[in-house]
Amino acid sequence: MAKGGLFGPLRDSQAWKSIFRHGPPDNPKNRVLVVLMNVFLHLHPIRMKKSGVRMSFTWCMGGITFFLFLVETITGVLLMFYYRPTADYAYADIIALREHVPIGVMREVHRWGAHLMVISVWLHMLRVFLTGSYKPPREFNWGIGVILLVLTLLLSFTGYLLPWDQLAIWAITVGSNMARATPFLGHEGPGAALLNSLMGFDVVTAGSDARFALLAGRLVGEATLLRFYVLHCVFIPLAASLLMAIHFWRVRKDGGISGPL
Amino acid sequence: MPRPPFPEAPEGVSRRLFLNWLTVGWVGFGGALGAGVTAVGRLFFPNITFEPPQQFKAGFPNEYAINKVDERFKKKYGVWIVRNERGLYILSTVCTHLGCTPNWLEGEQKFKCPCHGSGFYSTGINFEGPAPRPLERFKVNLADDGQIYVDKMAKYQWEKGQWNDPASFLELA
Repeated sequence: MAKGGLFGPLRDSQAWKSIFRHGPPDNPKNRVLVVLMNVFLHLHPIRMKKSGVRMSFTWCMGGITFFLFLVETITGVLLMFYYRPTADYAYADIIALREHVPIGVMREVHRWGAHLMVISVWLHMLRVFLTGSYKPPREFNWGIGVILLVLTLLLSFTGYLLPWDQLAIWAITVGSNMARATPFLGHEGPGAALLNSLMGFDVVTAGSDARFALLAGRLVGEATLLRFYVLHCVFIPLAASLLMAIHFWRVRKDGGISGPL
Repeated sequence: MPRPPFPEAPEGVSRRLFLNWLTVGWVGFGGALGAGVTAVGRLFFPNITFEPPQQFKAGFPNEYAINKVDERFKKKYGVWIVRNERGLYILSTVCTHLGCTPNWLEGEQKFKCPCHGSGFYSTGINFEGPAPRPLERFKVNLADDGQIYVDKMAKYQWEKGQWNDPASFLELA
């Protein structure tokens, strides 16, 4: 048997060494290096208390949420191969994803994954609250988490319109009416009348307020569908990914996952 | 022997000149950044929307039957035109509860919203369901050619006493 066991020659090859800059994880130093030198693992703590990952304490809700985000990303990209965000095609493509595409459950997986992710995000937040893990030095990461919660809800909201059926159109009509009441930015919100009188002409109207920017019009229409599609598939996932990286990084930097009380 | 003077700055660049250029640089950068953010923000407000216009002509008054709720412009412009003995008024099709579109039920002589069940009389006054206030009316008058002219930019709300405004009702002899 060669030195280093069965994989010795492999570990000695230049190709292996060009990928992994450290020796096998058979001593404490190398085990640290495994985490430090890997772009995916380096966001994790190098070591943590054994009790810190007890299921009864963490509920594993943060991890499950991240897993569901990955599921949503993968199934979402698969759906994008068939779905066209236009009034003529959107609904037909949704039906086609069930009837014409082999193993037509990808949209169902995406939909149920989204429901589960909203639930797991709330449970994660509840767990963090109940264990007091929002307290200093973790208060900044709580703030990041609140933004991630809002982004999760916005992902659900923007995805809601994409099937382009009656439920979708009226749900977004009703939901986006809340934007009318945005302070200063919505034409029926507090401060809009004040702004208009200060400027001397109507700055904030149904044709120039926050709801208009969201819907690309006064009504939910084809422009809204495209706008929500881009938000749903590109903008919000990118923003969430960035914040998740910070979120995981701060778990480590703020003293690791909090221990049981 | 006098002390040697404070070392000179490198040839051609004084502290003052450096700070001046630094200021110019930062102001320029800030201005460019502000212009860029403004331009991106403005991008979300297109100059043209492919929606029906807010003002439109709705035909001649004699095309509307007395004591009838007319639905011909419901889909396109989002209004009902209601004619009574005295004249006519324009009702918004947006439910005052959460913004769905009610249906006119001719048999029951009421608007009924399918979303949460709000009901309105043909006047627009709410009488059942969660709607907190009557339907809104729009500005209406006669154009020069004698057609009904509707302006959705001006709305009149009953609860503000605005239905007494003559512009909210078209008197017909």
